[in-house]
Amino acid sequence: MDDGSPVAPDRPALVGRNAVDRLYRAALTGLALSLPLLLVALLAELVASAWPAITRFGVRFLWTSVWDPVAGVFGAAPMIFGTLASSLLALLFAVPLALGVAIYLTEFSPKWLRQPVAFLVELLAAIPSVVYGLWGIFVLIPFLRGYVVPPLRGVLGWTPFLQGVFYGNSLLAGGVILAIMIVPYIAAVSREVLLAVPSSQREAALGMGATRWEAVWTAVVPYGRAGLIGAVILGLGRALGETMAVTMLIGNRHDIGLSVLQPAYTMAAAVANEFSEATTNLYLSALFEVGLILFVVTVVVNALARLMIWRVARGTAVGSRAL
Amino acid sequence: MTKFSLLALAALAAPAAAQVKLNGAGATFPNIIYQDWMLTYNQSHSDAQLNYQSIGSGGGIRQFSDGTVDFGATDAPMKDSAIAAINGNVLHIPTVLGGDVPTYNLPDVKATLKFTPDVLADIFLGKLTKWTDARITSANPGVKLPDADIVVVHRSDGSGTTFIWTDYLSKVSPEWEQKVGRGPSVNWPVGLGGKGNEGVTATVKQTPGAIGYVELGYAMANQLPAGSVRNKAGKFIAASLESITAAAAGAMKDMGPTTDFRVSITNPDGDAAYPVASFTWFLLHRQYDDAAKAAALVKFVWWAETQGQARAAPLGYAPLPKQLGPWIEVRLKSITAGGKSVWTTAAR
Repeated sequence: MDDGSPVAPDRPALVGRNAVDRLYRAALTGLALSLPLLLVALLAELVASAWPAITRFGVRFLWTSVWDPVAGVFGAAPMIFGTLASSLLALLFAVPLALGVAIYLTEFSPKWLRQPVAFLVELLAAIPSVVYGLWGIFVLIPFLRGYVVPPLRGVLGWTPFLQGVFYGNSLLAGGVILAIMIVPYIAAVSREVLLAVPSSQREAALGMGATRWEAVWTAVVPYGRAGLIGAVILGLGRALGETMAVTMLIGNRHDIGLSVLQPAYTMAAAVANEFSEATTNLYLSALFEVGLILFVVTVVVNALARLMIWRVARGTAVGSRAL
Repeated sequence: MTKFSLLALAALAAPAAAQVKLNGAGATFPNIIYQDWMLTYNQSHSDAQLNYQSIGSGGGIRQFSDGTVDFGATDAPMKDSAIAAINGNVLHIPTVLGGDVPTYNLPDVKATLKFTPDVLADIFLGKLTKWTDARITSANPGVKLPDADIVVVHRSDGSGTTFIWTDYLSKVSPEWEQKVGRGPSVNWPVGLGGKGNEGVTATVKQTPGAIGYVELGYAMANQLPAGSVRNKAGKFIAASLESITAAAAGAMKDMGPTTDFRVSITNPDGDAAYPVASFTWFLLHRQYDDAAKAAALVKFVWWAETQGQARAAPLGYAPLPKQLGPWIEVRLKSITAGGKSVWTTAAR
């Protein structure tokens, strides 16, 4: 640098720089706006393409169950139900598992084990979804049929959730495969969140006479709760939109039932399955409307999650800034 | 220097620019043989560059109707309303034949199971639920069937395979026709959905007591158990390329040189005919704007209908019956560009 004396006014250079600055700024603004615009364009296209179905079936589309391409009658209720049910089932299995992994890796595991285990868990995210589907058909379903469903029936067979014949392809199989697929996401983000909790939190709890477990449960997890919820929502978002593995395992049946042993359907699976051979305009339009509903459901879930994080994070919890 | 070499390059490329580009899109089922035809054809005919995308029959019909491709391909013929929407400017030209076979998972049953039409319809309607049902055992004397539930497996994706299957069931069962009907995807009364032939096969293989339907070529390539089906003449026929070609021959009386080729050949006449079979079609325009394109296309299609047929069987497709050739020739001759038939230029 120079000696700090004021720079001589050099108007042309300044103007030139301002022009470049303005150009730079305009370019960046344009780039930043292009993504929201893309989103709006996508939504507009979905609505436009779904319009024939929307006008034909109205809100009835949301709660009727008949899906008959031959007669041209469409109702998406089973798919909406199946999407939400399989995702919630996945969260039920994945959240305890993923949080357990994250807590173990940050608080309890020996140092040398942390990196390899974290790496292997995250590697689960790199497996293509069709491979999960194949594994599900040839390994998971026989395993569920042989070793999980019979004892489960023995204990909880009286509940409405375990009624009917179990053929393999079912809400349960779809939910379990989704759980395995979202564990790495939830675990990885949770681990980052827990690592960011200042050690003073732990030390304070331990200093108060808490056991290590109590310290984790009373000081570390609550401190990072906003981030942890964010991690779970990230997993949920992924579960809602997952297509290939689910369509291979869920049975693809337009039915609503409480039993997790029965086949079901999801919105993403229906669009993937039926799009290429949708011969009539109304059929195609109905599939677009399914896509639109999936879009809206995802946006609503994410908005609710933001709201939840925002409410929980009205302190200085870790992770809230990142999210 | 660079300019000069570019010019030289352009001069060299000039003959290639005369090459006609033909784009097609549609059915996935005949994709393997269409790709093979195009590859083989191009080795001896460098004047046309062919490209086919197997995006599904529905997409093929749509792109063909929108005019974004030069020809379409479909497993399920276009509906009258769809043809009217493009002012009738379409010809369905059969290319090869395919068929569906019932495949099942009964590990202890070694014999080929025999199915009557009403049994198949009632199984897929969900009315016949046990393998030990008297109607199944009486058609299969000497076969010991397990006391197991029947689990129906169908395609979850829209498919020409499903169209053939449901078209057949509609013909043999009034109840099926009235309740479910025919189409690339239908409202299934019962069953699990598998994506693609491979999805149906995997689900059948993993589910004891399951029955599903797959394309014959797929079943042959994977050596799946395939039941025989009783045809209209009352004979149980196993699906094979020959028995499927025989099905088309049995349905010839419904066709003629000038009639529509959009005929369903499920449940045809003929002792040797396998009853769950169908044509798959190219979609060509009756009138083209571009004479060069039309001529090249007609030339290729005619090659596929003649020399190309020999390539069908090794790839798992049934060739068309020989009698159909002259009739297809008549239709191809009727294709015009600018009011003139393109056949003379095509046949050069």
